[in-house]
Amino acid sequence: MSEELHEVHLVVNGTTYDVRVPARRLLSDALRHDLGLTGTHVGCEHGVCGACTVLLDGRPVRACLLLAVTVDGHDVTTVEGLADTDGTLSAVQQGFAQCHGLQCGFCTPGFLTTVTAGLRDNPDPTHDEAREMVAGNLCRCTGYQNIVRSVERAAELARERS
Amino acid sequence: MTTRMTGTPVPRTEDRRLLTGAGRFVDDVLVGPGTLHAAVLRSPHAHARIVGIDVDAVLDLEGVHLVWTHEDLAELSAPMAEPLPLLIPHPALTHGRTQHALARDEVNHVGEAVAFVVADDRYVAEDAVGRIRVTWEVLAPVVGIDQARAAERLVHDDVPGNVGARLEQGTADAEQMAAALDAAPHRLSFDLEIERSACTPLEGRGTVARWDPDSDRLQVWTSTQTSTGVRAAVAAKLGLDLGQVDVITPDVGGGFGVKINHPWPEELLVPLAARTLGRVVKYTEDRREHFVASAHERGQQQHVEVGFDDDGRLLALDVEFWHDHGAYTPYGLIVPIITSTQLLGPYKPQLYRVVFESLYTNTTMVTPYRGAGRPQGCYAMERTMDAIAAHLGRDRTEVRAANFIQPDEFPYDQGLVFQDGRELEYDSGDYPALLEKAKALVGWDGFETFRAEMAAAGRRVGIGLACYVEGTGVGPYEGAHVHVETSGKVKVATGLTSQGQGHQTVFAQLVADELGCRFEDVEVVTGDTRRMPYAVGTFASRAAVMSGSAIHLAAKRAKEKALRIAADALEADEADLEIVEGSVRVKGSPGSAIDLGTVAVLSNPLRYAFDEASKAATQFSVGDPGKPPVAEDDEPGLEGKDFYSPERATFASGIHAVVVETDPDTAEVRVLKYAVVHDCGTLINPMIVEGQIHGGVAQGVAGALYERMAYDEAGQLLNASFMDFLMPYVTEVPDGIDIDHQETPSPLNPLGVKGAGEAGVIPSAAVFAAAIEDAEGIRVTRMPMSPSDLHHLRTDQRQEPTS
Repeated sequence: MSEELHEVHLVVNGTTYDVRVPARRLLSDALRHDLGLTGTHVGCEHGVCGACTVLLDGRPVRACLLLAVTVDGHDVTTVEGLADTDGTLSAVQQGFAQCHGLQCGFCTPGFLTTVTAGLRDNPDPTHDEAREMVAGNLCRCTGYQNIVRSVERAAELARERS
Repeated sequence: MTTRMTGTPVPRTEDRRLLTGAGRFVDDVLVGPGTLHAAVLRSPHAHARIVGIDVDAVLDLEGVHLVWTHEDLAELSAPMAEPLPLLIPHPALTHGRTQHALARDEVNHVGEAVAFVVADDRYVAEDAVGRIRVTWEVLAPVVGIDQARAAERLVHDDVPGNVGARLEQGTADAEQMAAALDAAPHRLSFDLEIERSACTPLEGRGTVARWDPDSDRLQVWTSTQTSTGVRAAVAAKLGLDLGQVDVITPDVGGGFGVKINHPWPEELLVPLAARTLGRVVKYTEDRREHFVASAHERGQQQHVEVGFDDDGRLLALDVEFWHDHGAYTPYGLIVPIITSTQLLGPYKPQLYRVVFESLYTNTTMVTPYRGAGRPQGCYAMERTMDAIAAHLGRDRTEVRAANFIQPDEFPYDQGLVFQDGRELEYDSGDYPALLEKAKALVGWDGFETFRAEMAAAGRRVGIGLACYVEGTGVGPYEGAHVHVETSGKVKVATGLTSQGQGHQTVFAQLVADELGCRFEDVEVVTGDTRRMPYAVGTFASRAAVMSGSAIHLAAKRAKEKALRIAADALEADEADLEIVEGSVRVKGSPGSAIDLGTVAVLSNPLRYAFDEASKAATQFSVGDPGKPPVAEDDEPGLEGKDFYSPERATFASGIHAVVVETDPDTAEVRVLKYAVVHDCGTLINPMIVEGQIHGGVAQGVAGALYERMAYDEAGQLLNASFMDFLMPYVTEVPDGIDIDHQETPSPLNPLGVKGAGEAGVIPSAAVFAAAIEDAEGIRVTRMPMSPSDLHHLRTDQRQEPTS
C-alpha cells in the first residue's frame, strides 16, 4: 500500500524544485527533509509558536499548517533566502545581531521572516507596533526585550540603506 | 595595548549561522532519504498494567523497519532491559525508582514510552504506532500532592506512603526548634503552595545515531545538556566501550534544565536501532510528547513556622515541605535539596530546620527547571519576610535588612549541606548594597505617593520585592583544551554544552584576553566528546564559572609555552615579552616579534615540511643536536590543557522588585515596572548577562501569572499544547526590564565570576505574590495567580475576612 505521490513544483528563495511528495506531507517537512533547507524550524506543529514561519508569495505563513501540495507553483521565502546573494545580512538579520535578539536561535528564523514582511508593510513602526509585529511568535530565551529592540533597529537600518 | 574583552558587550560569534538558517540543530543533522525515523507509542493512561501488546499489524506495514517492546530489548543488549540509571543517588532516597526504556509491566504516567518503531519517515512511523494494540488494566492514579500524601493509593506498590525520600537538616533538631519557637516574642505559621510548570524549550528532545560497522563505532548527536553523560550511559546500556561512542551536541534549541536529565529512553533506543539496522536513525520529539514525556518542575506544598523578635529578626525558622517528583526519580533529590538549602537566601536565621518529603504521583517526572528548586525556596522565605513585616507593621525592606548576612561576615557558613554534598558556605556578596540599589531602581520610597495618585484615579497598584542567593558553578569539574594551530587560529574545546548562552563568544573573550590572540581567531567547540571527553554538563549556572575558569587556565598554559618558545626564538627574556593581537613581541620594541602561528610551528619539531612555514621546524633548520627535539618534560604542539575543580559553589545574589496593577473588574495583573539588581561577580559580557536576565524574568512572569500543568483527576495533562499552556508572547512580558549590576567578585575562581543563567527566574513567584498581596490587601499563599485565581481569592476573602 504504497502512498500516492504528487508532483509539486516549489519556488523557494528563487530556485525551482520539483519534488514528489505524499498529499499529507507538511510544507515544513518538505522544506526540511525533501529540499534540505533546515533553517525553517518546527517548534510545535500546531501553528502556535511561529518558528516555522516562511513567506508565501511574500506573506508570512506557518509552514507546519500547510500541506506541500497546496503551495504548488507558489513562491516561498525561507530564512536561507533573507541575506543578499553576496552574503550580506538583511537589515532584519543585522538588527537581530546588533541587539542580541537571539539566544539559542531556534525560534529566530520565524521571527526574521515575520519581521521581514512586517517592516515591508510598515517600515517605520512605533514601539507598540514593533511589539505587535512579533506578538504571534514564541521565544523562550530572550524575554522578547531585545527582539523588540531588534525590530526597531532593523527599521532604522532599512531606512539607512534605502 | 589592546582593549581587554572581559566586561565588554562583544557581539556574538554564534549569530551569523543562526540568522542565516545555517545553524545545525539535532533534527538538521543527516537530513535526507537515507535516514530512518523513529516514533514512540506512549501510554494514554496515568497508571495501568500492560496485559499484552500486539504488534502484528505493524510488522507487514511497508516502510517499517522495526518495532520493539520491552521484551525485545534484553536480547539486543542485556542492560537495556534494566531500569534507566538513577543518576544521583542519595542516602535519603530510600525508595528511588526509574523507568525502563520501554515500559515493562506497568506505566506510571501518561506519555511513558511503551513501544518503539523505526520507519522510512516519521509519517509512516506514526502510522505504525497507531496500529499497535495494547491491552491495559487501568489502575486508579495518584494525582497531586494531596493524594500523594493521603496515600490511599500507591504509585509504586513497593513504595509505602508514596514517599521516595524524607530528608531533614538544619542547625537545630525538632526539640530545640520547638523550644526556640515557643520562646520567640512573635510567632507565625502558615501554608504555601506553588504549582508545576516546565522548561518548554522551543526545540524539544531529539537524537540521531549512526553506526559505522567499518570502524566499529557509534556516533550520536543529541539535544542534551551533558554529552559526556549521554556517552557514558549509551556505552553502558549498549555494552560498548566508551572509546566506541562519540556524542556530539549540535546547536541546542534551549534547555533550561530539562535536557540535563539523561539518558532518555530515545537516547538509548535510537543508537540501539542504528546499530541493529546499520542505518542512520533519528528521533525528534513533538510538542505534545515534550509536555507529557520529558519533565516538569516546581510543584510543592510548604508549611512554615517562624519565631522572630520585635525587629523581625529570625530566631527560629522551621519549614516542612512536600515535593511532587512525579512518577520517577532519575535526578535524585537535587530539586528539593536545593529548595531546602537555598530557601535561606541572604538571611541568617538564628536556628533553621527543614524537613521535606519527596513524593510519587502518576504524572510526568520532575527534574530541574531553570532555578531548580530555588524559586520555591525563595517563595517560602520571601513570603515569610512579608508575613513578618505585616505582623509587625514594619516596612518589608527593613525586616529583610535586619536579617541580612553582612558584607564583613563572608565566608558565611549556613551550617547545611548543599546539592553538591558540600557545605553551604557563601563566598562573597553585599546584600545591604543590593537592597539600596533595588529600592532606588524600583522607586520603593516614593511608592506610597504613587499609590495614592493611582488610587485617586481609581486604579489599584502594589509593589513587591524579593531577594535570593543562588549557589552557582557546582563541581565536580570542567576542563578545557586550547590549541594554537600553525595558521595562528586558536581552537578551543570544552566539554559542557551550549543551548543559547553565547558560550562561543564568552569563552573566546576569555582566551583572547589571557592568550593575547585576536578574538576573531578563536573558535570554540562545546559538547563534543571527541574534542573533550572529560566534562560534566551545563546546569546550575555553571558554564562561565566552571568552563570559563578551565579555559582561562588552559589559555594561560598555552601562553606560558608560547612565551617560552618565543623567548628562545627572539633571544629575549620571557619576562620582557608580551602577546598582543596574536603576536609575541618584546615589550617596547614592536619590531622584534613573532606570530603565534610561527610559535606553533616551532613548538612541533618536524621531519617533513608540508608548506613554507613548516620548513622552519624541520630537523635541519632547528634544534640543538645535543638535546632531544622535545624536552623531557615537554610535549610537541602549542597547546594548553587544564581543569577547574572548585572546593565548593560560588554564590550569586540579587533582588527583584515589581510594581503591578490589578484590575478591579477582570482581576488581570499588569506589570507597570520590573526591576532587577543582580550580582554575578565579574561580568564577562554584560550584553549576554542581561539577555539571560531578560529570559529568566520572562519565564518567571510566566510561572507566576500564566503557566501551570493542568492535570485532571485521571492524570491527563489537559493543556499539553502551546494552544493551552499559556507560554507568554511578547504581549505578556513587561515592556522593559530595569537592570542594575553589582560586581562582588568570587574569591573561588581566577575570573571572579559567579553564574548568571538561572537567576532571572528565581524570585518571580515570590515577588509577584508580594506585589499582588500589596495591591489587593489580601494574603497570597498560592501561586501562580491567574485572573480567575485572583477573582476567587477576592471572593473567598470577602467571605472569610482575615485578621
